[in-house]
Amino acid sequence: MSVFSPTLDAKLTRLAEAYPQRRSALVPMLLYAQDELGWLTPEAIREIAERLGETELAVRETISYYSMLRTHPVGRYHVQVCTNISCLLRGGEELLQHCRKRLGLEQRDVTPDGVFSIEEVECIGACSWAPALQVNYDFHQNLDPARADQVLAEYRQKA
Amino acid sequence: MPENNSVHLTIDGRAITVPAGTLLIEACRAVNIEVPCFCYYPNLSVQAACRMCLVEIEKMPKLQTACTVPVAEGMVVRTDTPTVHKARKTTNEFLLTNHPLDCPVCDKGGECELQDMTLTYGTGTGRFDEPKRHRDEQQWSPVVFYDRPRCILCYRCVRVCGEGMDVWALGVGNRAILSTILPNAGDHLECEECGMCIDICPVGALTSGAYRYKTRPWEMKHVGAICTFCGDGCRTTLGVRNDRIIRGDNRDASGINGEFLCIKGRYGFDFTQHAERLKTPLARIDGELKPVSWAQALETVARRWRAIQQQGGRFGVIGSTRALNEESYQLQRLARQVLGTNNIDHHRSADLPTLYDALAGTSATGSAPPLAAAASLKTASAVLLVGGDPTYEHPLLAWNVRWGYRLSGTRLYVLHHREIKLRRQAHRMAVVAEGAEGAAVRYLAGQGGAVAARLSAVGPAEEKRYPQLPPPDPQPISGGLEEFKAELEKESNVVIIFGSELRGDDIRALVALGGRLAGQTRYIGLADHSNSHGAADMGLYPDLLPGYESVSDAAARGRFEALWGARLPAEAGLNQREMAEALDRGELAALYVVGANPLRLDPVNPANLRRSFLVVQDLFLTETAKEADIVLPALAAYEKTGTLTNTCGEVQATRRAAAWPGGKSDLEIIHALARLMGVDFGRPDPDRVFAEIRAHVKGYNVSVVQLAAGRSALAVPLNGAVPHRSAPHLIRSNHDTLFSDGTLGRYSHAINEVMEKRLLLPGQAR
Amino acid sequence: MAHPLEIRVVSKRFDDPSAATLKGYLASDGYKALEKALKMKPEAIIEEVKTSALRGRGGAGFPTGLKWSFIPRQSPKPKYVVCNADESEPGTCKDRLIMQFDPFSLLEGMAIAGIAIGAERGFIYVRGEYRYLIDILDRAIAEAYDAGYLGKKLRGTNFHFDLMTHTGAGAYECGEESALLESLEGKRGIPRIKPPFPATSGLYGCPTVINNVETLASVPHIILNGGEWFLKLGLPKAGGVKLTCLSGHVHNPGVYELPLGFPMRRLIEEIGGGVQGGALKAVVPGGSSTPLLNAEEALGVNLDFDSVAKLGSFLGSGGVVVVNDRTCMVKFAKRIIHFYRHESCGWCVPCREGTNWLELTLTRFHLGGGRSEDIDVMFDVAQSILGRTLCALGDAAAMPTISIIQKWRQEFEDHLAGRPCPYEREFAHA
Repeated sequence: MSVFSPTLDAKLTRLAEAYPQRRSALVPMLLYAQDELGWLTPEAIREIAERLGETELAVRETISYYSMLRTHPVGRYHVQVCTNISCLLRGGEELLQHCRKRLGLEQRDVTPDGVFSIEEVECIGACSWAPALQVNYDFHQNLDPARADQVLAEYRQKA
Repeated sequence: MPENNSVHLTIDGRAITVPAGTLLIEACRAVNIEVPCFCYYPNLSVQAACRMCLVEIEKMPKLQTACTVPVAEGMVVRTDTPTVHKARKTTNEFLLTNHPLDCPVCDKGGECELQDMTLTYGTGTGRFDEPKRHRDEQQWSPVVFYDRPRCILCYRCVRVCGEGMDVWALGVGNRAILSTILPNAGDHLECEECGMCIDICPVGALTSGAYRYKTRPWEMKHVGAICTFCGDGCRTTLGVRNDRIIRGDNRDASGINGEFLCIKGRYGFDFTQHAERLKTPLARIDGELKPVSWAQALETVARRWRAIQQQGGRFGVIGSTRALNEESYQLQRLARQVLGTNNIDHHRSADLPTLYDALAGTSATGSAPPLAAAASLKTASAVLLVGGDPTYEHPLLAWNVRWGYRLSGTRLYVLHHREIKLRRQAHRMAVVAEGAEGAAVRYLAGQGGAVAARLSAVGPAEEKRYPQLPPPDPQPISGGLEEFKAELEKESNVVIIFGSELRGDDIRALVALGGRLAGQTRYIGLADHSNSHGAADMGLYPDLLPGYESVSDAAARGRFEALWGARLPAEAGLNQREMAEALDRGELAALYVVGANPLRLDPVNPANLRRSFLVVQDLFLTETAKEADIVLPALAAYEKTGTLTNTCGEVQATRRAAAWPGGKSDLEIIHALARLMGVDFGRPDPDRVFAEIRAHVKGYNVSVVQLAAGRSALAVPLNGAVPHRSAPHLIRSNHDTLFSDGTLGRYSHAINEVMEKRLLLPGQAR
Repeated sequence: MAHPLEIRVVSKRFDDPSAATLKGYLASDGYKALEKALKMKPEAIIEEVKTSALRGRGGAGFPTGLKWSFIPRQSPKPKYVVCNADESEPGTCKDRLIMQFDPFSLLEGMAIAGIAIGAERGFIYVRGEYRYLIDILDRAIAEAYDAGYLGKKLRGTNFHFDLMTHTGAGAYECGEESALLESLEGKRGIPRIKPPFPATSGLYGCPTVINNVETLASVPHIILNGGEWFLKLGLPKAGGVKLTCLSGHVHNPGVYELPLGFPMRRLIEEIGGGVQGGALKAVVPGGSSTPLLNAEEALGVNLDFDSVAKLGSFLGSGGVVVVNDRTCMVKFAKRIIHFYRHESCGWCVPCREGTNWLELTLTRFHLGGGRSEDIDVMFDVAQSILGRTLCALGDAAAMPTISIIQKWRQEFEDHLAGRPCPYEREFAHA
C-alpha cells in the first residue's frame, strides 16, 4: 500500500525509471512527495527508500542536506521571505517582520490553524525585483508592506 | 606496485623514491615526516575534509591536501614552512571552536588525536570567544554512545562501518555547522555492534558503553591477549586496572587482526567478572555441591581416580576448545600416561585430520605450506568459500576477504546453500541445496555427478549500502555450476575456506579440486573456538597423538614414551559420543571434563551419570558441571599465559592480563593432579611445556622470537598420512554468531545486552 | 522593454510572449542553429564556440569551447550534457528569465552541445525554488520531442539527444559543478575531489560537460551568426554580451543584456537611474561571492572579466548589487556570511567552522559587543578559510568579508566607539 495518491504513485514510478541510475530520482521523488503530503513523513521516507532500493539512512542523509526538504509539517501556505543582500537593501528584513506580525507568527513558525507558516530564506533569485517572497512555489516580488498584506489576504481568502 | 614503477620526489629537501601511485601523505610517512591528519585513514577512501594535511607543492598556487595527491616525478614538497604551519594552526583552532574542552572527563583524554595534535600543532591559546553549541549525548546502542559536540566530522566511523564492515549503519546528516553523524535506525543503531567506529574515532565523540567514565587510559596497563571466543585469533588489547579488565580494543593495531575487532573481542571480556563465576572448588556432599578447599578437592579427585584405577575402571577425558595449547598437550599426557587411557576427545567443529590426510596424499606440498594465514586473504588473487558464514562466525576472515575485494581485487567464489552476505563481495556465487555442498565440490573437482545449482546475483553495484538479502531462494537448477566451474578454473593460487558442511570424503574431494587449480592452493578449515584448532593439533583425539600421529603407530608412540618414560596405550579410545553412551550404560567409571560442556551436545540421563565419578573444571557451573562430583574453578584465557592456534593454524602467544583469586589455570590443575597421582610433570610453566611442544609436536617447531614479537607462526603438522577414524557425525559446529559463543558467550553481559536490545541481522535468522 | 543601451542576444525574445511556444520560437529563427549544427562536424561546432570567446556565465568564466574540447571524443561510456540552472548566487536572477521567456533557446543550445561533444543525453538541473520554470521547460521539452528537436534521430539525422529536467531542493552548494553532479545522482551535494574533472569523470563517472543556462542559450546565436559576430559584440578575449542583474540601491533595478566591457558607471547612472537613497558606497560586482568595490573603484571599472580582476574582484555571475552610503557594512558583511554559514556543505573544516565563527563574531560585533581585537581576528579567520577548501564556497565566504574589513575598517572602528550600530541609529528608517 502506497502512502501516495495514485497520480503521484505513477509519477514516482516513472521518475524511478527515468534515470540511468535509480538513485538519481531520489531528490525529485522526495520533493514531489513533500508537495503532496506537506512534509516527509516516516512512512513516505520508508516507501521511497524501498522504491529505490536504498536504506532509510541513505534517504535521511540526503533529506537533511537540502533546505527545502523537511521532516516536520508546515502551514498549507508556506511563506518564504528572502532577506539576502539584494532584498536586505530594499527592506527584506522589514518585510519579514511585517509578515510575521500580520500572520501572528512572531513567536512561532506555524499558525495554530495550520494555514500559514513562515520562514526566512536565502536568495530566491528575485534580486532585481526585491524585496520578494515565495508562497509555496509562487513568487511575489517588488513588495512593500501594503502589497504584502494584499498577497497574504489573497491566500487567507483561498484557505 | 612493481619496483620499476617508482617515482622520485623531494620532500623537505630530502630526495626519496616511492612506488608510483603512492599518496603524498604516505610518502611523507615513509621517511618519517609527519603530516598531521584526521580524516585520512589508510585503506579507507580519501575525504580531503579535515584540511589538516595541507602542504606546499612547488608550481601549485594553493596548499594541497597530502592525502589526495599522488606522488609525481620531480615533485618538490615542503611540509615545514611558515605557510604550512599557519594553516595547521588555524585548522586546529577551527576544530576546537565547537569542541568542548571537557578533556578532564572525556574517555579519550590522554589518547585523543585532537589533544595530541593541539599539543604539537596548536596555538596554545584560542581566539574563539563565542558560545559553543551544546547537544546532549546520545546512546545509540548498549555499547555505542555519541557525543555530538565532540565530533570533528572526519567520517572515519562512517567509512569503517561501510567500506570496512559492509554494514553501512552510519551516515552524515544535515549540512554546514549543523552536520552530524547519523545512526541507521533513526535514534539508534541496528548493526553488528563491532565497535570499530569507536576505536577509529580520533576524538571522544564515539565512546564505548562498556568503558565510558570507568578510568583514565594511563591508569590501566595494556596487555595484548588473544581473544578467547571464535577461532580467528584476533588480538585484543586489554586495559587492566587492579587485575580487572576494564576494556578491550585493538587501537594499536597489534596482532594478526590489525585494527579489526568484533563485538566479542571488544566487549566479551566481561564474562571474567560475571557474578556466577566459580570462586572456590565444589564437592558433591550429601548430593549437593558445596564449597571445599583446593587441597580437599584435588586430593578427593586423586583418591577416587586411584581407586578406580585399582578396580580397573575406565576413564574418559574431554578437553577444551579454549584452553591453551600447553594445557591441552598436558591434558592428553595426563590421560594417556597417568590415567592410561586414549578415551580423550574434544568438541570437534572442523575435520582437520581428514584435511591433513588428504593433503599428505598430494604433491601440493611444494615450497609453501598448503595452509593459509588469515592475512593472506587480504592479498589473495582468488578465494573459494564453501559453506560457513564468515561474516557472522569468523568476522576477521570476513573482514580480510572484504579487504582483498576492496583493495587487492580478490575474486571471491562462494558455494553455499544460503545467500550469505559475502555474496556482496563475490565474483561468482552458486547456491545449492542444503547438504549438497559436498556433491558440488566433487562436481567442481571433475569427479562428475550433476548438482542442481543456481548462480546468484553478486556484487554490491545494484545494492550498495543495502545489506538486505533477497527473498527466499528460488530452486537451484541443474547445470548452474558449469559457469562457476569454468570461471574458477581460470584462477591460480586460490585460498579455499571451508565450513563444517564439508567433512570426511567431501574434504578429500575439495583437496582434489584444489589440486586441479593452478599454482599453490591453500586451505583454511573453519573451526569454532579460540583453540579448536590447537586442541586438534595437541592430540585431543582417541586415536591421534599430538601432531596427528596415530596412537597405534609404534614409532610415534615410542617417541612420546621415551620422552615421558612411560608406557602409553596403543589402542584407539572412545570418542566424545561413545564416552557419553558409555556413561549412559554405566561403563565409564570416571570422566574428567576440562573447559567443556559435553552434556550440552550429548545429554546423558543424570541418574546414570551418578554411577560415574565426574570431575569438571570450568569457569561456570555449566550443564555438565552441575552434574559433577568435583568442580574445580579454572582461569579464563585472559588470566593465563601461553599459546593458541587459530582456525588457520597460526600459533600466537597470549599474555596474562587479569587475575581471578579463587581459580587455578588448567595447567596448574593438571600438573597438581598428575603429581597427586604420582607422576611429576614438573613446574606448571607454560614456556617449558611449549618448548616440549616445539620439539615434539609435528609442525610446531615455530620461531619463539616471532611469537614473542607478537606475530603469528603457521604450524603445519603435515607429513605423511593421518590414519584417523573419520567420524563426520562428530563434526558439529555451534554456528555461533557475533552475539553468541558456545557456553562462554552466555556469561558476557555486554553481548547479552546487545542481543536482547536488538533485532537479528539480516541473514542471521536460522 | 529593452533599454536603448542594451544589445539583446539571449534576451532578444524576452518581450515576445509567443517565444515560449515552439511555433513562436520557430517564427523567430528558432532551431535554425540546430539545423545548421546537424550538418556541421562536431569539431567545427567547438571551433565556432572557441572563436566566439564565450566564457561561462555561471560565475567562474571558464572558456566554453575549451571546456567542450576536454571531453574525450572516443569514450566507452556514455557522455552527458548537464545544464546548471541552479541559479542561487545572491544578486543573480537572469537564468530565470531565459527559462521563462525563451526556454527553447536553452533546449537548442543543449542539443548543439550534445552534438559537439558526442553526448546523447542531457539534464537540466533547476533549483527547487524555480518550480514554475520546470513546468515551462517540461512543456517546451514535450513540444520539442514531438517535433523531432529532441529524442532519437534529431530532425531525421543520426544524432540523438534526450533531455529532461531535474529539480534541486534548496542548496546553494549544488551550483558547484561537482556537487551538482552528486546531487543529480541523488546524494548529498558534497563537492568531489578534483582531479578527476567532470570532463573525464562526471555524472555516473562518465564524461560530462556542465554549463550555465545563459552560456548554453548563447550557443544557438553563436552557431547561427558565427563566433566572429558574437565576439565583436563585446571585448576581444571575452566576447559577446552578457546579462547583468542590477539590484540594490538603484532606481531602476533589472536584468540588462550589455556588451562585455560596458562601464559600470553608465550601468548605475544611465540604466539604473542612479543610486537610490544616498550616495554610492559600494558595489558587489558579480554576486555575493565577489570582493566588493568601493565607490571610486566601481565608477571607474568596466564590466568585463579582466577589468574587474584588476581590482582584485570578479565579474562572477553578473549580479551587480549597488549599496548606498546609509548602509552599515558590518551588517552587510554579517548578512553575507550568514548565507555562507547556512549554505556551507560542512565538509571542509575551515569553511564549516570558519563561517560559523565569522557569523557569531560579526553578530556580536554589530550588536555592540565588539572588541578592537575582533577586527583582526575576523580578518585572519577569513584569510584562513581562503584557499584551504575543496571547492570555492570557502573562498566565496572569505573574499567579500576580507574586502569589507579592508575597505570599510573605519565602520568597524565606529562600532567600537558608538554602540550598538551607529549606522542604524543614524539612518534609522524614517
